[in-house]
Amino acid sequence: MDHRTDRQTDAMTDTIAALSTPPGEGGIGIIRLSGPEAAALALGLFRRADGSALARPTPFRQYYGHIRHPETGDVVDEVLLSVMRAPRSYTREAMAEISAHGGPLPLREILGLLCRAGARLARPGEFTERAFLHGRLDLTQAEAVLDTIRACTEAGLRAAQRALRGELAARIRGLRARLVALLAALEAAIDYADEDIAVLSSAEIAAEIAALRAATEELIASHRQGCLLRDGAAAVIIGRPNTGKSSLLNALLGEARAIVTAVPGTTRDVIEEQLDVGGVPLRLMDTAGIRPTDDEVERQGVARSETALADADVLLLVLDGSAPLTAEDRALLARARGRPAILIVNKADLPLAVALSELGAHVMISARTGAGLPALRQAIADLLLGGAVAAQSPLLASLRQRAAAEEAARALAQAEATLRAGGSEELLAVDLTAAADALGALTGDHARDEVIQELFSRFCVGK
Amino acid sequence: MYNGRVNTWDVIVVGGGHAGCEAASAAARRGARTLLVALRRDRVAHLPCNCSIGGPAKAHLVREIAALGGLMPRIADAAMTHARLLNTSKGPAVRAIRAQVDKALYPALMRARLADEPNLAMLEGEAAAVLVEDGAAAGIAMADGRRFPARAVILATGTFLNARTFVGDVTEDAGRHGEPPARRLSASLAALGLRLGRLKTGTTPRLDAATIDYARCERQEPSPTPLAFQFAWQRPALPDRPLLPCHLTYTTAETHAIIRANLSRSALYGGLISGRGPRYCPSIEDKIVRFADRERHQVFLEREGWDSDLIYPLGISTSLPADAQDAFVRSIPGLERAVILRPGYAVEYDYLPPDQLTAGLETKAVRGLFCAGQLNGTSGYEEAAGQGLLAGINAVQYLHGDAPVVLGRDQAYLGVLVDDLVTRGLTEPYRMLTSRAEHRLLLRQDNADLRLADLGAALGLLPAGDYARFRAKRAAIDAELDRLASTPPGESGVDGAGLASAADWLRRPASTYARLRETDPVAATVPEEVAEQVETAVKYAGYICRQQRQVAQQRRLEAHPLPDDFPYQQVRGLSREAIDHLTQVRPRTVGQAARIPGVTPADISLLLVWLSAKKRAAVSRETR
Repeated sequence: MDHRTDRQTDAMTDTIAALSTPPGEGGIGIIRLSGPEAAALALGLFRRADGSALARPTPFRQYYGHIRHPETGDVVDEVLLSVMRAPRSYTREAMAEISAHGGPLPLREILGLLCRAGARLARPGEFTERAFLHGRLDLTQAEAVLDTIRACTEAGLRAAQRALRGELAARIRGLRARLVALLAALEAAIDYADEDIAVLSSAEIAAEIAALRAATEELIASHRQGCLLRDGAAAVIIGRPNTGKSSLLNALLGEARAIVTAVPGTTRDVIEEQLDVGGVPLRLMDTAGIRPTDDEVERQGVARSETALADADVLLLVLDGSAPLTAEDRALLARARGRPAILIVNKADLPLAVALSELGAHVMISARTGAGLPALRQAIADLLLGGAVAAQSPLLASLRQRAAAEEAARALAQAEATLRAGGSEELLAVDLTAAADALGALTGDHARDEVIQELFSRFCVGK
Repeated sequence: MYNGRVNTWDVIVVGGGHAGCEAASAAARRGARTLLVALRRDRVAHLPCNCSIGGPAKAHLVREIAALGGLMPRIADAAMTHARLLNTSKGPAVRAIRAQVDKALYPALMRARLADEPNLAMLEGEAAAVLVEDGAAAGIAMADGRRFPARAVILATGTFLNARTFVGDVTEDAGRHGEPPARRLSASLAALGLRLGRLKTGTTPRLDAATIDYARCERQEPSPTPLAFQFAWQRPALPDRPLLPCHLTYTTAETHAIIRANLSRSALYGGLISGRGPRYCPSIEDKIVRFADRERHQVFLEREGWDSDLIYPLGISTSLPADAQDAFVRSIPGLERAVILRPGYAVEYDYLPPDQLTAGLETKAVRGLFCAGQLNGTSGYEEAAGQGLLAGINAVQYLHGDAPVVLGRDQAYLGVLVDDLVTRGLTEPYRMLTSRAEHRLLLRQDNADLRLADLGAALGLLPAGDYARFRAKRAAIDAELDRLASTPPGESGVDGAGLASAADWLRRPASTYARLRETDPVAATVPEEVAEQVETAVKYAGYICRQQRQVAQQRRLEAHPLPDDFPYQQVRGLSREAIDHLTQVRPRTVGQAARIPGVTPADISLLLVWLSAKKRAAVSRETR
């Protein structure tokens, strides 16, 4: 009898959700839930074809029906739902799977509704992590799990750093700073009850909370209009000079955007284009070949390429199939190792000279003839929506931001209720801390430390 | 406690301040033959700063000390000259007693208490070195060459290590005004491989009570109802003399001009002091520089005792030269003719960065060597006393080979205090604040007994009679909560249409237990201290639940212990920075690891996976 499983199930009490397979072009996407509330959360949104709720689903059976918006009753998508009970599932927790086929927008909407109902978006690799912690995966897989967590986290960190430069992040930071300032005022009144400090009146507190809530609601509304999705996942094309990087960019875009010549080093800057891969916006960047150079203009280009490379979610490494691997190729292969990357062997229309057995998984294309491009698009979509990159794909990054904003809005509404009920500062602080931490979760900041910093910098307190 | 060697003490405590007194008393009462070494016997339990005890978070600490059977609450109650309840307009979690005590009576009562302790002896002199054998504390050597063997040593040296005081540009090697510092102990600690840092703090000038014009000040009356730090079940003995009022005045534009004109002569601004000072205890120089737009600052005039001539003007701590102190004090209404009996001064001292301690307050470098109080970088009497109590408790745990007593962050402010110190280190003196406690609604001054009295009794520090009365109170609370939950509102005589029980009625914002007493015959007989707990438990339940959800993740991680010798270098994927921090702090649980600055959520995932893999490998080896 293994008691460990029970104890660890107790130890992880929240329910996580994530997209688990790629939708492809009009294909089916699966949202997976794992944790004690998995079935309840899915069933809360699910209605059978006749509009009735599904009470007691049989495990592993697929039920046909619709996901409906809990407030408006509108159909979000037509789905198949199945549930699994612990421990008979991948994670050994209770799980639910919702298969939807309406493309990325309904999928995002369903995930958003699940989060509102109490699910948390899974961290990179978290399903695998839970499966392992519950004893589902073999011990020999432990190292692979560790590597996955590390790789996903680094990618996530890059995505987060990039996201912090955006306009949305500035708005979230602004909201959070106001929350922290308000909390500092409340905390000063609590911890320095005897001091001669300007105490906010209930009316001032109520006005600030209302303003913060309005600003947060506005943020959520702008998200619904799709404004936040402009920042796509970053895919960077790398490769030694003249392997056909710019030709590939043009082929993917279907137009001649970058300068293409047969002279190495023609692309002297980072060229960026937006495109749609399987419904996911992608910022595709062509870089100057990364190589030592004396040319000042080219050197600057190389430096910018290095930055783009460090920031990228996905690397598209282009090799020339018509020439043997060079030392430069091998150096780039080493840099791509451990990161989400696709190896592309270009010039398939020419005689093959590269040893494919050395490369592992790769996609053969010809940027000139267009051969292999559909397979490449599918490979990119798989990477973005499927495995390692899923959590930092733009779709999920923006979902995270929206989930955070919605949680903050809920906490602010709760704060207003607390205020109406005559709750005092220490109770308001519970709600406002929840709001600040919801927004801080995007950047990993904790309100408590900052509030104390703010308290001492803004208020003259102490003996 | 018989230890087989007549000349060996079980525990030696160095330092007779608030930490040292609690440590020595706790160790002795737990059966250890204890020696308290103090630089001056007549300064034991002295109150070198102001005469107040308590306030938000600090009163909470004192109540926790009461529940654990410590001394500070008992002595403070008996020496109380003034008391008020703060935050009365806010909820019970942040209400706090602030008291003033008689500065002569408090130490006298404490010294008498220590003298009555059969297992405790006191020695006057300067400890110069900690003796160590086989990596464990083995006693102390005195400055005069005498050596005292011991099985455990507690350092509670306050601000005395390599201390310098500053009055303007006049500096003096002194631990406090007119008292010599301890010069040699710092070197002994450094030789044991312990790091030392530098901190500073300040104090105000002391005024002659007879030279103050109280008519020009606001008068603050003490609370009309008696307040005590001890719980009712401890039957606190309060003084039979009437409580004193407190007076309040304010600095003026002229005060600020005088201070500005003399800034370059301040030790703090003249660059003489390198240690970091606390933001929460700013000097008046600090206040005027950093908050230049403020027109006035509060000055509380606290009388240092019923029979004392000294007034402590709270709010104007300073290290300006004496003539400048004279000038600015006399620009304050009510103090125009005030005579300074002793100038304010700043003190700079060595402290032991507390990330070198375990959660049991034992040094990681030397077994059986414990540290408590301002030496660990804290400020405040209450923070010191709490650490002293825990160090005294844990020195005896160590003697018995038992695991140290470590309080959780959801259990006590004392737990928050120690966890913050040993996990996060510090860059300025650490003062307890309610905002540091993420479980603030649970950690109330009114329920410290419910949180800690069982432990106090188990450790042998709470007298049996007190503990029996506490248990009766707890049983009454439980019974009344059960009764309210099963009584229909109508039976209690309240309008609870649509509600299932009187408890549901009480949960409403407008409901009070006092109102319930009017119509519910059982409630009318419930004692006040029970009624208070019942009302709070019912009214706070929803918020406590929300606060618990916020910290759910942290609590889950606390369930995963990390052994002391955990091989962080071997965990695949951990960043270099994380390995360094984890190796330095040596967290006890994954939860504590998560609170270390520089350790990321990914690092925590890696630790969990690695721990799980090791555990399974061990299980599969056993079952093979």
